[in-house]
Amino acid sequence: MIKPHTNREYENELKRLRERLLRMAGRVEQMIADSVRALVEQDLQLARRTIEADRFVDRAEVETDELCLVILARRQPVASDLRFITLSLKMVTDLERIGDLAVNICERAIDLGQEPPLKPWVDVPRMAAIAQGMVRDAIDAFVAGDAERAQSVVDRDPSLDELYTRVFRELLAAMLHDGSKVERGIHAQSVAKWLERMGDHATNLAEQVVFMVKGKDIRHVAKPDEV
Amino acid sequence: MALAEAGEQADTPTFSVRQLCAWFGDQRVLHGINLGIPRHEATAVIGPSGCGKSTFIRCLNRMHELVPAARVEGQVCLEGVDVYERGIDPVLLRRRVGMVFQKPNPFPSMSVRDNVLAGLRLTGSMPTGRGAREEQIVERALSQAALWDEVKDRLDDPGLGLSGGQQQRLCIARALAVSPDVLLMDEPCSALDPIASAKIEDLIHSLKQSYTIVVVTHSMQQAARVSDRTAFFLAGSLIEFDTTDRIFTSPKDSRTEDYITGKFG
Repeated sequence: MIKPHTNREYENELKRLRERLLRMAGRVEQMIADSVRALVEQDLQLARRTIEADRFVDRAEVETDELCLVILARRQPVASDLRFITLSLKMVTDLERIGDLAVNICERAIDLGQEPPLKPWVDVPRMAAIAQGMVRDAIDAFVAGDAERAQSVVDRDPSLDELYTRVFRELLAAMLHDGSKVERGIHAQSVAKWLERMGDHATNLAEQVVFMVKGKDIRHVAKPDEV
Repeated sequence: MALAEAGEQADTPTFSVRQLCAWFGDQRVLHGINLGIPRHEATAVIGPSGCGKSTFIRCLNRMHELVPAARVEGQVCLEGVDVYERGIDPVLLRRRVGMVFQKPNPFPSMSVRDNVLAGLRLTGSMPTGRGAREEQIVERALSQAALWDEVKDRLDDPGLGLSGGQQQRLCIARALAVSPDVLLMDEPCSALDPIASAKIEDLIHSLKQSYTIVVVTHSMQQAARVSDRTAFFLAGSLIEFDTTDRIFTSPKDSRTEDYITGKFG
């Protein structure tokens, strides 16, 4: 059982921080799904709405940073509280970056407009689903303090990298075959690259969660047991 | 003196405490403490009121036994010699293991100078010969206690005329004048303002180059700031002892975690 802090105001501040992060993460997760849907379905309105939603994420980043600084200054947190605050400071950065990448995808969706895709979008929606799942699980692991689930996020990153490599090769082949496809090809390649980058950010989040739960830094090693 | 002069290997702890138990009458207040206190480091002892942390450090220089009906079992080895062995003179032990208390307690009728020299005079161990003259001892002890510059022009003024923070540093100088190996500090800043506390904390940092320091504190932030290692006591037991970095970032025991993060009861 997790004991609450004796100081209830402090407990409330930590709760507020946790809730803010969750709201922000939920919004980012939705942005990933919407950006790729806007691209695949050529829904320019959805693309614009998603770009608009990024404002919320940007504001949440600033507000969360401020709240973390206030808690650090006033409470001098230690141990798991300290790890939670430093994790939060890093998480907002990764979440905000994922939001920006979703905005990039929306901008490409608008640029491509009603042009037919170079190839049917098969692997890109698949990559989006993986990236979205990784963000969701990283956040769920964070809420539940579940290091195993966080580790499963880290373990999924290579599959996203593989898909990206495949998409890249296919697009390259198509562009080499027909020079008129280069512009659309580069747009599509960028989208795949951004989804792959989202996976990297989700991996960062998950690694931080393992650190928060276990107090072990698993960055740049394969499994926490190897620390 | 029956206590052996130290084998100076840096890796042997100054104090090795084994199965230390302490009582006040029938009430057992320490339950089998095992702990090694490293040489020339600052070790902080933290824990809630009544956890036995003050009793613990008072066992290290046999001050616990000064309380009527108080007794001790187990071993407290200072440089390999059990301080509770027959033949150990507690007065000489306390010269090697000095103590500074919560409230500054300079001798009220004495000047600054006489306060510094009081320990040497009371134990009849004022050194003679070259390099051991009174003035040198006074200046060295006050300098080590970071007080010399503030009091050098008023060594004959009463010790009680100093500010609270200065009085506490005077008490530290008095403890240092007898050239101890270890300095025990029992909540040395709890009666001081933040600036005076910062000076004592700074002093702890410089003193540990020459002395082994054990500091009991109620302030976890202070323990985090000044110590190399931290021992967490709860209800008379040692719950966790580790580097201070480790204790305040990733303690192993959930009771330590609950205490330092403020989850009581």
